Amino acid sequence: MPEYQNIFTAIQVRGHLEEGMPLPAGESLRIGRPQHNYWVGKIGNAQLGPIYLGFLGSLSLLCGTIAFLIIGLNMLASVGWDPIQFVRQLFWLGLEPPGPEWGFRIIPPLNEGGWWIIAGFFLTTSVLLWWVRTYRRAVALGLGTHVPWAFASAIFLFLVLGFIRPLLMGSWAEAVPFGIFPHLDWTASFSIRYGNLYYNPFHCLSIVFLYGSVLLFAMHGATILAVSRYGGERELEQITDRGTASERAALFWRWTMGFNATMESVHRWAWWFAVLTTLTGGIGILLTGTVVDNWYLWGIKHGIVAPVPDLYPTVVDPLLAAGGIQ
Amino acid sequence: MNFALPMAAGAAALLGIASFVGVDWDAPPVETEQVGYRGTGMFVSKDAGEAAAGRAANVVPESPWEPDPEGERASEVYENVQVLGHLSDDQFTQFMASITEWVSPEAGCAYCHNVENMASDEVYTKIVSRRMIQMNQAINVDWQTHVGTTGVTCYTCHRGNPVPKEVWYRDLEPKPASRGYRDGQNVAGVFSGNSSLPQNALESYLLGNEEIRVHADTALPTGAQTATTKETEKTWALMMHMSESLNANCVTCHNSRAFNDWDQSPPQRVTAWYGIRMARQLNTDYMVGLTPVFPMDAQHRGPEGDVLKVSCATCHNGVQKPLYGVSMLDDYEDSLRKKSNTEVPDYTGFVTPQAVVIDE
Repeated sequence: MPEYQNIFTAIQVRGHLEEGMPLPAGESLRIGRPQHNYWVGKIGNAQLGPIYLGFLGSLSLLCGTIAFLIIGLNMLASVGWDPIQFVRQLFWLGLEPPGPEWGFRIIPPLNEGGWWIIAGFFLTTSVLLWWVRTYRRAVALGLGTHVPWAFASAIFLFLVLGFIRPLLMGSWAEAVPFGIFPHLDWTASFSIRYGNLYYNPFHCLSIVFLYGSVLLFAMHGATILAVSRYGGERELEQITDRGTASERAALFWRWTMGFNATMESVHRWAWWFAVLTTLTGGIGILLTGTVVDNWYLWGIKHGIVAPVPDLYPTVVDPLLAAGGIQ
Repeated sequence: MNFALPMAAGAAALLGIASFVGVDWDAPPVETEQVGYRGTGMFVSKDAGEAAAGRAANVVPESPWEPDPEGERASEVYENVQVLGHLSDDQFTQFMASITEWVSPEAGCAYCHNVENMASDEVYTKIVSRRMIQMNQAINVDWQTHVGTTGVTCYTCHRGNPVPKEVWYRDLEPKPASRGYRDGQNVAGVFSGNSSLPQNALESYLLGNEEIRVHADTALPTGAQTATTKETEKTWALMMHMSESLNANCVTCHNSRAFNDWDQSPPQRVTAWYGIRMARQLNTDYMVGLTPVFPMDAQHRGPEGDVLKVSCATCHNGVQKPLYGVSMLDDYEDSLRKKSNTEVPDYTGFVTPQAVVIDE
């Protein structure tokens, strides 16, 4: 493998350990003595810590831990506290939302979905507190708030799946269970129940932005790595004072596809693609069951379903053929 | 930088996890057959190795001899012949010889009969087999929508076993602790194709009469379809069971772009639709009724004490057409292809016998 394809950071620059700028009076302290770590240096900055948790971060971690424990203990209880089965069937285990018989009632018995609601409450609280934290840290550092707003887009999808849509449908049973296979089962069942999400245009958009994000990330990452021999990874300098790295990167794309983003605009492309993935995805989920009940039939109505010839002319719904017996 | 080592370690870890959780992979060669219009991805795939093993395991046994339909009736020759009395003596003996090979080749006649008094009903298995013969006749006459003229015999399910290998029961294992909630799913379900889908979907559809159709028939909501994703998961569990039972994939019966649309479904779906109704009737009308007759042991009942029941796998045994579609009925024309006695016995008050030790 050629040496210069630097998948990992090739050169670790180690300066003095930094504490960071002094904090304003009244704020909590940063935690942990900073130190250098060789392996961390392989994938990023070799300095580990300190971390600023503060009140919001600590509370967020606490809520997240509570949610994690509720889910984990429910999984363990669902195999009768058997640790071997817990490990063996870990991917199968889950915590289910309340059944349809409970509607949107707060709170059903713990054993019939109440635990799911409590875990969901703590997880949501944890995520929202973490969002406030990212916002406040961005402001404290004098940054723009791009990271919190991008995070907010993902939180929007999360809330649509677990709260807003179940609220609109009037049933917790529409929400996503916690668990590896259980949430995948839910995803496929959701598509089956609502006539194939493939024909949901917002699902289409979400996939365009998702795959588009992957493509953009690959193009951008590859471009910067490719020009890093000319200092291209110092993107900020290249933005304000375009050097040969930037020139070569721009020429490469202009010559291969006629157009090139700039050192600055490529990040807008990436940001919008990422943000729109979850935003359009959330809209697609929100419309499903509330506004559209069968996306395949909706697709027929609006001419987006490719017709196929009738290959099986003898096949009739036996429920109709049998005259109503089920 | 040498990547071979981490790659190999990663692959080994993946295989280790896979063997630990027990994944079911098809080794190549896998053959595919196009069953739908081009571009719809409708390919039925077959694992060539498994198919060869399936053929070897599904060879139809020969009839012991060709019976003479003439002569005295069995009801005149023997006592207490309630269902097969219309057969000739030779047909009756041929059928008894066959059923012994099909169901109890090791225990022989004594599995069902008191050999000192063959007419006696004192062995409970004789009561069961009489009802099962009625069931077999009913399948061949009433359910040609599913079994066609190929029909079934005892062998289709039993395959030389006193209790067919592929049966189902109410499955509550592993039992959750008092505070655990998994809603009857989220473990590797024996009867849902080892998926994490609901474990007892068969009870809902092959015993109960729950609605399988979860789709809306209109593009926009009308309120007519109230099924949630939870009912959909249960329906899907039934489909996984069918898929595992027949070694068939979704597109054997469906165009997966619109699972519910009959116009795009191959004819196999109609056959399967009747099969679901057939299995349901066999369970409600035959198996459940026989509950008091079966001994209370792990061989004849599930862990919750319910009677062992019929699913798609009971006959199909991993093959799309049981016994690869070879009919055995020509040799059992009068015994199994037509109904004789359709009287429904009443087993209430039957004293459950103790477990019979078959090995002796």
